[in-house]
Order: sequence, then structure tokens, then C-alpha cells
Amino acid sequence: MKIKQLSIFLQNKKGRMRNALDVLANAGFNIRALSIADTSDFGILRLIVPDPDKAKELLEENNFVVKMGDVVAVEMSDQPGGLSTILGMLDDSDINLDYLYAFVDEKEERAIVLLHPEDIDAGIDALKNCGATIIPSKDVYNW
Amino acid sequence: MIWNEEIECKPNHEMKKLQLERLQDVVKRAYENVPYYKKRFDDAGIKPEDIKTLDDIQKLPLTTKDDLRAAYPFGMFAVPRRKIVEVHTSSGTTGKPTVSGYTREDLEIWSEVMARGLTMFGLTEDDIIQNTHGYGLFTGGFGVHYGAQKIGATVIPISTGQTRRQIEIMKDFGTTILIFTPSYGLYLAEVAEEEGMSDEDLNLKAIGFGAEMWTEEMRQEIQKRFNAPAYNIYGLTEIMGPGIALECPEQDGLHVMEDHFYPEVIDSETMEVLGEGEKGELVLTTLTRQGMPIIRFRTKDVTSLRRNPCSCGRTHVKMDRITGRADDMLKIRGVAVFPSQIEKALLKMDGIEPHYQIIVTRPQHLDEVEVQVETSPELFSDEVKELVGIKTKIENYIHNEIGLRVNVTLVEPKTLPRSKGKAVRVIDKREL
Repeated sequence: MKIKQLSIFLQNKKGRMRNALDVLANAGFNIRALSIADTSDFGILRLIVPDPDKAKELLEENNFVVKMGDVVAVEMSDQPGGLSTILGMLDDSDINLDYLYAFVDEKEERAIVLLHPEDIDAGIDALKNCGATIIPSKDVYNW
Repeated sequence: MIWNEEIECKPNHEMKKLQLERLQDVVKRAYENVPYYKKRFDDAGIKPEDIKTLDDIQKLPLTTKDDLRAAYPFGMFAVPRRKIVEVHTSSGTTGKPTVSGYTREDLEIWSEVMARGLTMFGLTEDDIIQNTHGYGLFTGGFGVHYGAQKIGATVIPISTGQTRRQIEIMKDFGTTILIFTPSYGLYLAEVAEEEGMSDEDLNLKAIGFGAEMWTEEMRQEIQKRFNAPAYNIYGLTEIMGPGIALECPEQDGLHVMEDHFYPEVIDSETMEVLGEGEKGELVLTTLTRQGMPIIRFRTKDVTSLRRNPCSCGRTHVKMDRITGRADDMLKIRGVAVFPSQIEKALLKMDGIEPHYQIIVTRPQHLDEVEVQVETSPELFSDEVKELVGIKTKIENYIHNEIGLRVNVTLVEPKTLPRSKGKAVRVIDKREL
């Protein structure tokens, strides 16, 4: 149900993000989805990659600080109001979101949103109860 | 004008004679009344009678700030406590502060040396002096105050801060002499400019500044901004406070009040006394102080001494402005800060790497401190708000430790420079 996500600490400095991405590229990791949270001093790079355990190990060997966490992947209709529908499900159950990011799965011709609710288990329950399609990790990694 | 011509222009050989008499007296008083000195002199096998010439001072042990701290609070007093009429303390940033005690006679000496210095700046009883040095345990405020009162000038004891009020008073009262730390002076100038004050509104004839390291460029800038000559004041709480050495209109070094304070310059490594003109650590001995005689105190301030004839007519030896420190102390906005204090604050955080770097800058004439800290897996969080919270927490720990706000920046692991020898903990970009 949950998708493993890597969060990487980056200094807000030229070239830092590229350094992290190069480490993954050189080892043949293809990034499925990513987002960046940035402040004036630092950023957090959030990534979805196949084999996250190995990617984490590799990044740490290269002196990056990495945290592994969980997000939920939910299918949404690729048309106006698609995301709003999903958010409405969480809203109705009074569940707060920390952040989200989305991408288009071209193979399956669908849009996927990755959600990080404050309480991830409560979030999954609420989405399921409303009939949302939760995408298992193997489908996210192997599309 | 010279405040005390008889003393300040005394021929060198006569001064040496006076110094020797006073040195013999202070060594005897210290030995007989302060257990610390008795022990140190006994350990070194020295008796007060062994001081037969001025050079014999080199036989006496050196005293450090740690020695004074070990005697906290009143262990260095050479008179019963009831004879002490005033105390001041150092800022105490590296642990317990050191206490300085003054008898009535000591306050008289302090007033005298400051009166001499302020007279060098041109202060007379007709002047109005605005003293922005803080009044309190810090010696800066009172030292200037006593000297100005001795002269009979009108003192505005305004202390530091309330910058707009300072400017208003400067204008309304017609301040003629202004006392500040260089960085506060530059800040004052900036605010004055914002307030639309021009040279015509100013009635200044001189500025006295001290308590911080400065450059000749800073002096030029201050003089330009205030349209008045600026003179240096040197002093330290352990010895007396401001008034140990002050600058005459020559603006080329500070005359040490050597009938009261005996200066030496030593090599900080070998402890050997250096010759005239050689740069090293200033060591001071109080020749006349009653309440708390201090023998051969290591100031950690780097300077050199010169005995050239001065066009002002004074014969007192001159010291150069302080150009550095013999330890890693930083003066930030006038406050003494040691890198070890920042380290102590960082160690309170779980999961912090012991790698940090302190970067000091002076963007708008006021010192700014950035502390870069390497992050670690324990410290890192996926949430921005938590990371910002961690940064604030570290800033608060440091604030508690040093009393100043700093800006903490989290950096990636292994990005701060490592060197084989001593870690580069401090990058001072203030160009002092």
C-alpha cells in the first residue's frame, strides 16, 4: 500500500542537486518521480526510485543524509477536478496533508498523485473507504 | 593641553625610578596579602626583596585569566572586603566571570588616568560628553564617567542603545565629545544619516572609541561620518577598565599610563620578554592598585611598545593599536566569544556532528555570525518545519551560551573543510 520515498538533505548551493542525481544516474537508477521542498538555506529532495534501499545505501556512501519514508500513490483521472476529488476524500475525513506531488503514468494513461498525510494509515483508510484506487509499489516502480 | 604635566612628561629615567619604587611596593603588598601570589612566588623561589631593578620583574610568574577565575569571587583582593567600594566583572562568557574590586584610592587612580586620556581628546570642563558605553558591571561606562567628572565636564550617561534618542540628544544638548565602540559608532552614523542629520547639526570636536578591535579604515570612516577626530581607548576589566592606554592628537599609538600600569610584551610561546618594537602579547602589572594588585597579567592582546619622542610632549611609552589575539577569542559586537562555547552549545543537540564553522562578517557595520553545522541522519527530517525547528533550537542553545543571536545554517555532511592540523573553526571576514 505504501510507497517508499527517499528524502535527501541538500544545501541551497549551486550544483548540490545535480551531485545527488549523478550518484543515482551513474548506478543506473531511473527516477520515477521527484519533488523539491526549498527554503533559503536548504532543500529537501524527495524521490521515488526502484530499489530504494540500495539507492539509499549508495547515496549515504557518497555522504548524503537520506531518510526513507512512506507516501501513498493514488490514481486520479487526468482531467479537470481529478486531484480535487482525491483531496476532498481526505478533507471529509479531516486528514491533513503535509505535501504531495504528481506525475503522469504514460504507459497506463493515467495520472498518479503521491500523498504524504500527517497520519498515513488513517489517510489510506479514508481513501479506500471512498473508493479511490491505491497503486501498489510494484506498479509505481515498474510502469 | 596636558592633564598632569609633571607625570605625563616625566623624563624616562625619573619614570623608571618611580616605577621601581612602586613595583617593589606592589609585589610586597601582593605577597603579604594575597594567598595566590604568596604561593606562586614561593613556588618560584622569589621573595619581594629580590626585586632590585625593573628587569627583575621578569623573575615573577605570569598570571592568566584562569588564575583570576580560580580566585572567584574575591580571592584576589589584597584588602579586607569592606575596603572595596565598587566591583566590576568581565563578561564571564567562558565560565565564571573574573571580579575586579576597587578601593576608594583605586577609583581615584582610575579617574586620574581617564582624565589624562580624555584631556588628550580635548575634553575640558566646558564640554558636554555623551557616553554610550554601557553602565553596569562592564567597566566601559563608569571608567569614562569617572574621568569626565574628574575634569568637570558635563556627562550624559546615556549608555548603549536607544539609538534615535542618542541622535536627538546629541543635537539638542550640543554634545562635543562622543564615546562609543567602533561598530556602534558606525551604526549610530547610519541612523543619523537616515534621520537626515547633517554636519551643521553636529557640534562634535572629538570622539573616543574602544572595547573592540578596529582598523585604520574604520577610524577614517568614523572621522568622515562625524567630521571629528577619533581617538583610541584601551583597557581591560582585570587591570582596571578603560584608561590603561589612550591616544594623543598624534593618532599614532596609545600612551600607556606607565606610572600606574607597567607594560611588557612577551612571546606567547617562549614567555620571553621582547624588545621595543617587537610584536607580541601584552603583559600588564598594576603598580599602584590597592584593592586588587595584579602582577604580570597576560592580556592575550597582541601589540608592540615604542618609546619615541612624541610631538604631543608626553613621555609615556606608546603601544600600537591591538592587531590580534594570542588565543582564539573573537570579539563580536563587543562581546568576547570563544569557539569552544559554540561547540558546547552544539553538543547539547543529539545527533549533531562535531563539525561546524563560525563565519563572522560585518555587512552593515554590525557584526553578524553564521554558524554552519553539518547535518546527520539523526538530525535530518523529511519535513521543512521540523528542520527549521532544529535550526531555531540550535540558535537558541548558542544564544544561551554566548548571549548573542547567530544564524545557524545546516550544511551537508563532509562539506566543511577538514585540515590535518588544527580545524578551521573560524572564518573572520571583517578584515581587522
